[in-house]
Amino acid sequence: MTRQRVLRESTGRLRSRMGGAFVGSHTIFRGHDLHTELRNLDWVELYVFGITGRRLAPAQLKLLHALWVCTSYPDARIWNNRVAALAGSTRSSGNLGAAAALAVSEASIYGRGIDIRAARFLHETRRRVAQGVALDDCIRDELKRHRTLAGYGRPIAAGDERIAPMLALAAELGLDGGPHLQLALQVERQLQAGRWRWRMNYAALSAALTADMGFSPREHYFAGFPAFLAGMQPCFIDAVERPAGSLFPLTCQHIAYKGPPKRIWPT
Amino acid sequence: MKNDLPTERVHTRIWLEEAEADNPFVARAAFCHGYDVHGDLLGRARWVDMLYLLFKGDPPALAQAGLLEALAVMLANAGPRDAAVHAAMAAGVSGSPAAAVLMAALAVGAGQHTGAREVHQAMQCWAACGQDLAAWQQRLAAVPVQDNGIWPTCEHPPGFDINASRTPLPVLQALDRLSQFGVGRCLGWLQGERAAVEQAAGHPIGLTGVAAAALVDLGFSPDEGEMLHLLLRLPGAAAHALEQRSAGYKNFPFFDLELSREPAPEAT
Repeated sequence: MTRQRVLRESTGRLRSRMGGAFVGSHTIFRGHDLHTELRNLDWVELYVFGITGRRLAPAQLKLLHALWVCTSYPDARIWNNRVAALAGSTRSSGNLGAAAALAVSEASIYGRGIDIRAARFLHETRRRVAQGVALDDCIRDELKRHRTLAGYGRPIAAGDERIAPMLALAAELGLDGGPHLQLALQVERQLQAGRWRWRMNYAALSAALTADMGFSPREHYFAGFPAFLAGMQPCFIDAVERPAGSLFPLTCQHIAYKGPPKRIWPT
Repeated sequence: MKNDLPTERVHTRIWLEEAEADNPFVARAAFCHGYDVHGDLLGRARWVDMLYLLFKGDPPALAQAGLLEALAVMLANAGPRDAAVHAAMAAGVSGSPAAAVLMAALAVGAGQHTGAREVHQAMQCWAACGQDLAAWQQRLAAVPVQDNGIWPTCEHPPGFDINASRTPLPVLQALDRLSQFGVGRCLGWLQGERAAVEQAAGHPIGLTGVAAAALVDLGFSPDEGEMLHLLLRLPGAAAHALEQRSAGYKNFPFFDLELSREPAPEAT
């Protein structure tokens, strides 16, 4: 089909397989009536159903909830939370602050940028190891491509306090035996034995746990979107309840200038 | 008095502020790359001078300022058919805050199809191929490696217009006008080799391709070019959003729904 025909056939209407709002009557969500068939769903279950088209088992749903709970940090120093808090301090709107903070969470050193890389690494490595490639070679190839190993090491700390409680819960729920989690732990052991010395962080753990629930890397990426949200709103509220502009105030001396000396604009 | 300095500071080559004698939270003067912003630049430097100064650290030459200004005019408004402007209008018509309007335009205008990521990728092509036609032909013939992290898979070579079957007149006009400033070598080379490059790509060059060439000619990196493309397209998005806000949602297309009887399969 020509490009022009594709565009012509899409003109003036929304073609969807996902759903639609028949306002005043009913709403279809992935083939189901939202208000009759899906109304009792847990919100996270609906969210994942929207992404994957699949329903989670109760234990999986509990684990996914905990994954988000354990990474909700109401600390306005953290870069994404800081955006929400600064919005509160400047008396911007709460929605703008949270939306910007969530967009910022798609970072390359944490959040969604790392999530999708960690998930891809585990999926790809599992496939390659099954084909007979040595795990050490998989790690070296990833390091050659990205210079870092997504999901291992951490920007501001050596350990990750979220790992132990999540592993304990996964064990309690019987969800700690999956192949991706075993691989993620094996990668950590390999890194510890080699010269890298990096420990597994939350990105690898969460990617492994959702991969063992059947999530693709892209599904894992979408599912993680609200992960930090619960920690953001308290940061905004705390800032908005303090004097305007009093969050992280900087004096002129806080600016360490390293540019050229004073000069006159050329005429 | 080194001991009086805060321990955690913002390190910058761009900006210096001198405090009032009795209040460190109020600046009595601000300097951008050494120039007194309020005492010297205001009224003497043009908007594009300031833009160039911020990114590059020195004032632009006359021809560079001319090219950047012409590029800014070219990018100022893509019109209401453009997806980023459409997004801004959708935000505006429903009464969303001004920042949400621009955030909508930025998010949609950030993409690899007609957006700033496409410009970033096209600028990377220039960095890799320069003015070497054989290198362009080789790069465009190769199946691109798709490892874009957060970005979805892209279906077309960056900088080319998949909607057009021949080079649109505005693209030709823009390429001609921007080339006339004589800044850098990309725009002029592209004008001479356009047909050959388009044949290799299988698509005519698009405005994103012209913008990428201009940004490379101005000495911007792909990261700087991506930022500028996002920034310079905001005026039209803002104006169209405010216009639609005034007109009201009843006068804005809502479109028909054609819901497939077969629900979407499980995602893969």
